Amino acid sequence: MDKTIHAPAVAVSQIPDGATLMIGGFGGAGAPIELIHALIDHGAKDLTVINNNAGNGHVGLAALIEQKQVRKLICSFPRSADPVVFTEAYQAGEIELELVPQGTLAERIRAGGAGVPAFYTPTAYGTKLAEGKPQEEFEGRMYIRERWLKADFALIKGELGDPHGNLTYRMASRNFNPLMAMAATTTFAQVSRVVPLGGIDPEHVVTPGIFVSNVIEVADPAQEEELNRAKVVYP
Amino acid sequence: MTDITDIKLSNAQIAWRAAQDIEDGAYVNLGIGFPELVARFQPEDRQAIFHSENGVLDFGPAPPEGEENWDCINAGKKAITIKPGTSFFHQADSFAMVRGGHLDLAILGAYEVAQSGDLANWSTGRGGVPAVGGAMDLVQSAKRVAVLTDHVTRKGQPKLVAECALPLTGVRCVTRLYTSLATVDIVGGHFVLREKIPTISLENLQLVTGAPLHTDGPVVDLICPEALA
Repeated sequence: MDKTIHAPAVAVSQIPDGATLMIGGFGGAGAPIELIHALIDHGAKDLTVINNNAGNGHVGLAALIEQKQVRKLICSFPRSADPVVFTEAYQAGEIELELVPQGTLAERIRAGGAGVPAFYTPTAYGTKLAEGKPQEEFEGRMYIRERWLKADFALIKGELGDPHGNLTYRMASRNFNPLMAMAATTTFAQVSRVVPLGGIDPEHVVTPGIFVSNVIEVADPAQEEELNRAKVVYP
Repeated sequence: MTDITDIKLSNAQIAWRAAQDIEDGAYVNLGIGFPELVARFQPEDRQAIFHSENGVLDFGPAPPEGEENWDCINAGKKAITIKPGTSFFHQADSFAMVRGGHLDLAILGAYEVAQSGDLANWSTGRGGVPAVGGAMDLVQSAKRVAVLTDHVTRKGQPKLVAECALPLTGVRCVTRLYTSLATVDIVGGHFVLREKIPTISLENLQLVTGAPLHTDGPVVDLICPEALA
């Protein structure tokens, strides 16, 4: 078994128009910029994207939105230092937004990956974001029912990867990446370095390879914050 | 309406006051922006462990400019540093800490707080792009939820109200408020005044508060370090 492939373009070329896509990252940490930019080059459109945010500046997810490839965004916090791309698309009615509290978003993705179709949470009870959702009392407290989230593809970013797809993450770039790896039919992981089998201590594996379809080495990956500081616009 | 501009506490003083209540060993989440100030004023003999909902527990201060590592950030997407004791974890674990009731305290800002403890702090209800982040998770599940806020809006309207007019973040969730004029607990659906700055009378404080201020004991003078004014 060898899940490594040599270029982001080879991975994302499998993504068709209309696909549902999870993209890892919280802000720039853990955002797979090279996979997103390859997806922009590939041109798949009418996408539903699940990400915590809505992009920053004119690179990564913001660039994907700017290229009008995203029909709907599911996220918790569509604001950033430079949110102009999403804000304009949203106010022009060009993109649909499903706002989900961050912990509910994480748990919906985890549930999708774990085969749990729904769960109850106290989060958002009594607020606008609970409207229309079933409610139930447990031990004297009210909870709302939330459904799993699954995707056709996940684009994630790790630090080390091996040919079986085992992954580690760098610091707080872990965020949504291990959850999204579980919840997508096909998961593409870009990593800073591909190591041989045995190159990752089994005790350090965060995402076991069973959740990963392909690993793509992108040495010295771009970081959203640095691209924005340099005012990069993609493409 | 009373002019309180000259007598009210600064944000740093409000944050200092909130920090005095955090006990040694508490697990605490600080909201983005103003609440982050609280970390600066921890008493020296106590160590709280701060949780950042993007997946970090027990982190160090911001690095010098130019030395940022953008994989090491807090929930406000600002660069932080690691220190002995830091841990990283994924989002489902981070919100298991929140939802599972493992956090002792969440400190947030507010647009409005009702006497019931209802909190509105995520949407002005006026259009624009709605954004909620982790606020709804935090307020519904942390053991205690404290709010840091100016006592009134920029236009002088009360932020402590009988009922919230703005979209709610959570119901009956706030337990204590640290405002620019007072420290107020929420008990049994009432505002209970604990402390007020000595330069405002109880009557004038009530005039800038949108629901009755109750007392169930002495009201203590709220004195904060002048250097932070």
